[in-house]
Amino acid sequence: MRKYSVFAVAREALRDHTGWDRAWPNAAPKKRYDVIIIGAGGHGLATAYYLGKNFGITNVAIIEKGWLGGGNTGRNTTIIRSNYLQDPSAAIYEKSRSLYETMSQDLNYNVMFSPRGVMMLAQTEHEKRGYLRTAHANKLQGVATRFIGPEEVKKLVPIINLHGPRYPVLGALWQERGGTARHDAVAWGYARACAAMGMDVIQKCEVTGITKENGRVTGVNTTRGDIACDKLGVVVAGHTGVLADMAGFRLPVESLALQALVSEPIKPCMDVVVMANTVHGYMSQSDKGEMVIGGGTDGFNNYTQRGSFHHIEETVRALVETFPMISRLKMLRQWGGIVDMTGDRSPILSKTPVEGIFMNCGWGTGGFKAIPGSGWAMAELMAKGHSPLTEEFSMFRFREGKFIDESVAAGVAH
Amino acid sequence: MLYLECPYCGVKGEETEFHAGGEAHLKRFGPGSSDQEFESYLFARENPKGVHFERWRHVNGCGKWFHAARCTASLEVFGTYSAQTTEPPKAIKDAISAKRPGWRWRDFS
Ligand SMILES: Cc1cc2nc3c(=O)[nH]c(=O)nc-3n(C[C@H](O)[C@H](O)[C@H](O)COP(=O)(O)OP(=O)(O)OC[C@H]3O[C@@H](n4cnc5c(N)ncnc54)[C@H](O)[C@@H]3O)c2cc1C
Ligand SMILES: [Zn+2]
Repeated sequence: MRKYSVFAVAREALRDHTGWDRAWPNAAPKKRYDVIIIGAGGHGLATAYYLGKNFGITNVAIIEKGWLGGGNTGRNTTIIRSNYLQDPSAAIYEKSRSLYETMSQDLNYNVMFSPRGVMMLAQTEHEKRGYLRTAHANKLQGVATRFIGPEEVKKLVPIINLHGPRYPVLGALWQERGGTARHDAVAWGYARACAAMGMDVIQKCEVTGITKENGRVTGVNTTRGDIACDKLGVVVAGHTGVLADMAGFRLPVESLALQALVSEPIKPCMDVVVMANTVHGYMSQSDKGEMVIGGGTDGFNNYTQRGSFHHIEETVRALVETFPMISRLKMLRQWGGIVDMTGDRSPILSKTPVEGIFMNCGWGTGGFKAIPGSGWAMAELMAKGHSPLTEEFSMFRFREGKFIDESVAAGVAH
Repeated sequence: MLYLECPYCGVKGEETEFHAGGEAHLKRFGPGSSDQEFESYLFARENPKGVHFERWRHVNGCGKWFHAARCTASLEVFGTYSAQTTEPPKAIKDAISAKRPGWRWRDFS
């Protein structure tokens, strides 16, 4: 694979762009791999990438039932931040955020990481106290974030209405090096880098069964034949329950629809990401000028990738009070993804009751930001059997009551 | 959008009339049970892609809890039934079998 560079652009400009290779080859499954990763979303691809890069394990297949990045990775609103409350969360999310800073160079693929700053509004006294607590915790964890007052909020976001009758803005938790990135590019960049190391990225291949012998995984059945492996990483987000059922255990995970929408494009008016967790709404402006808006999850189990309209209505209604100017905007598109919610709203990166099977799931509404950190930690877990970053995220923490409770602090967990 | 019928007052409505209450027919474990039973009752879920049984509440109506049988892959509702039961009634199971032959959910089929 040829490196992307300014020289490559110049060279191709001189010959009408006829010399570009395919970004990655479309592989067909072999009979056996050392490691199989199910799910070519960001987390699965990043896991494979760091298995190769950090541990030299390259006889790897990443198997995807649809198209690469077509799950939640291609459906999210791309907010990246790391100011969580609990220590294990701050550790893995900050690792992840810091990897985003250099991801484009590392992958030789422009993921358009834009550290424009993420602002989480405090709109009730309770929320303000919660964010002050998080700001203190972040100081101890070494995560750069701070609580700012309403004046500074207004300075950073001139279009905001601080004095909404129902949800006044009392301040905000502000992470200056948070931001956004191009979601598809993250998946494509990792896929390209995996393929360059000799890994097979196999699309349109659905895993339909998991084979075991004496409590150990031996391989998978797929719509394109059986494939053997020594180790299996299950990284399928919304389909976690289905794969766990194939493996023969249950998890504290439920699959729910989460929706987002974008407006018609308008001139630049807001250059930070704003989250309003009390009203379950958040907004940023894309490079094309669209206002990107997301809300909260639906209330019932759902695999259809379609959410209910009234949630869109609630989100927009609440945001209009805080951003009156959006009331005149036409909304262009709306879509949904199926998010995997755990009992304590924190992810699971874990060994399982079946030897050789590892789970990475439960990122729910907020796992795009975690892609590089999660892949880094999951690769270590799969290669060495343990990782300091995943220790607390074991699926067995629910039995022990050792929850990593982020829902109380954040309300919405993006 | 989901349409449900309250089995108590017979009101048919779309989902904002009701409130979802999570997986149905959980067997409760308390003091004296093993850690695994307790964990399984509190946290482990079926989360199936297909036939599912759930609790719902008619919040904007009679206020009562009831059960619903539903497909999570299509949002089709097979039927609703009383909360005073630990197992879906035969009529509901037959209705599901007619549309999803060979279905299973925990020990039900
Ligand atoms: C509307 C919306 C907004 C969001 N906003 C944000 C945000 O602002 N910030 C943030 O950090 N996070 C956000 N998230 C969450 C984030 O998108 C996810 O946590 C993250 O993308 C999960 O990545 P993944 O790789 O685990 O899953 P996915 O990208 O869903 O990948 C899983 C893949 O597994 C495949 N698969 C499933 N079953 C099988 C099978 N049997 N065989 C083969 N392949 C299979 C699927 O096809 C899929 O491609 C949002 C999510 C949604 C839906
Ligand atoms: Zn009723």
